[in-house]
Amino acid sequence: MQFSSLADFIAMGGHGFYVWLSYGVSAALLLGLVITSISNNKRIIKQIQQRQQREQKLKQAALNQQVMQQEQSLQEADS
Amino acid sequence: MWKWLHPYANPEVSYHFTGKLIPWFSKLTFVLLTIGIIWALLFVPADYQQGNSFRIFYLHVPAAMLSMGIYVGMAIAALSSLVWQIKLADASAAAMAPVGAVMTAIALFTGAAWGRPTWGTWWIWDARLTSELILLFLYLGVIALHNAFEDKTLAGKAAGILSLVGVVNIPIIKYSVEWWNTLHQGSTVSKLGAPSMSSEMYWPFLVCLLGFVCFISWVICIRFRNEVLARNAMRPWVRDYVKNVEVR
Amino acid sequence: MNNIPNMKPTSINISSQSSTEHSQSYREAFLLVFKRDLTIAFRHKDDILNPLLFFIIVITLFPLGIGPESNTLARIAPGIIWVAALLSTLLSLDRLFKSDHADGSLEQMLLSPHPLFLIVLAKIIAHWCLTGLPLIFVAPLLAILLNLNENSYLALMLTLLIGTPVLSFLGAIGVALTVGIKKGGVLLSLLVLPLYIPVLIFATSAIDTAAMNLPYSGQLAIIAALFIGSLTLSPFAVSAALKVSTN
Repeated sequence: MQFSSLADFIAMGGHGFYVWLSYGVSAALLLGLVITSISNNKRIIKQIQQRQQREQKLKQAALNQQVMQQEQSLQEADS
Repeated sequence: MWKWLHPYANPEVSYHFTGKLIPWFSKLTFVLLTIGIIWALLFVPADYQQGNSFRIFYLHVPAAMLSMGIYVGMAIAALSSLVWQIKLADASAAAMAPVGAVMTAIALFTGAAWGRPTWGTWWIWDARLTSELILLFLYLGVIALHNAFEDKTLAGKAAGILSLVGVVNIPIIKYSVEWWNTLHQGSTVSKLGAPSMSSEMYWPFLVCLLGFVCFISWVICIRFRNEVLARNAMRPWVRDYVKNVEVR
Repeated sequence: MNNIPNMKPTSINISSQSSTEHSQSYREAFLLVFKRDLTIAFRHKDDILNPLLFFIIVITLFPLGIGPESNTLARIAPGIIWVAALLSTLLSLDRLFKSDHADGSLEQMLLSPHPLFLIVLAKIIAHWCLTGLPLIFVAPLLAILLNLNENSYLALMLTLLIGTPVLSFLGAIGVALTVGIKKGGVLLSLLVLPLYIPVLIFATSAIDTAAMNLPYSGQLAIIAALFIGSLTLSPFAVSAALKVSTN
């Protein structure tokens, strides 16, 4: 242990500002990088999920339309 | 000889493989960086010349080393993607660029904050500082080129060519800057490396360096997986995989 | 070659003719592309003149910004002239592949049986003749405005003569990478300017050394090495980049 008290530790022999500034900014940058990477991961997965849902809906709609058309043509044939 | 490597050319395999690596890297990063930084801040004796500002060294040097290492790694990935058409190499190069840029930014910033108490100025046009700054520009160029293309595969190829051009240029730039510096400024005091380090300063540095290596591996794995997902969004395995993932 | 008399500068005659009638030698193909680029450029004269004008205006702005003391100006003249040369080269670079990309002749060139290396080399050299050479003729006049040391005029001309081709070669890589992007202009400068640093450093230091009446052949040799290196390597990078961006 190089420091006798907490105040000593924070002052860093007069260089406290520079030491804590560089440690703080580095920590912020590293954390920022991790957070953006992870949130990117979530965003991409969400995008793919949404695209799948949209495709599913389109498919369903197309299917519904087909069924409707078939029914219509059947009705016309009946009448 | 290289047959064990072949399965990893499959995006699905390497996606799940890196997924298994991530928890290990994150734990190792946490442990090593905690130990290393506490050691560096509390237990390392103050430098006889620079006093406590020497403690910045434990962030500055690992970041600076990795900033160059990542560029070389990126160039190797770009080369293997251009030569052997390995698509995953492209994805890994894309994953490395932002991490390298952050490392360069950390190295620059801590260098400035270290220079203020030791040299009395935030910035001098020292050869190391200048070439680090230019390295940052090269990184930003690669990232900007990546973002400029809509198509990720094209973006990867273009950025790969640029990073290869950059890696050819880096030694030239580095030596020209060193030469320019000695010509214009006379010899500047280069504190690094002049006194050989004592072992009680060296071990925490090694721990910090390893911690940084684990950190970049961790983040590169995360970003690599992102790139793989984005590039293979229409593949069946991604569709199946995505169905089972809960995203808040 | 019978398409030349009617001066229709399309590249189609490179690709189609060579395969049908007779295959052209490398020299013929090179000259054909070279002449074509010059012909096109002389039809759009402002494309040549504007970067030159930019060069002149930027240099005249510096004394206005810094002040008219001749000693200060003489001290910074090499740097100003070279930075202005970098910027004006950058401005003119866009023309290298953009119009060819727009009208599709670039793709024809990629399809032609001749090595892309050759075509790219011809285009870059044509570009240098249109942008680098004029700078060399104008620079001494501007050096007078900046009160450059008399000893360094030859050095200025020589560094420009060997250095500006390097700018064209390196810049071509950047243009080739960004040609497919709509807003490539700013991006181009971000990509290319860091690569120009060695040329800038050695050229200005050669001029400075010449001003002190010291031998500057060392710097010239290094710039020449950069020139040869970029001459041999950059066309490969440019062709690879063109293949990517035309896709």
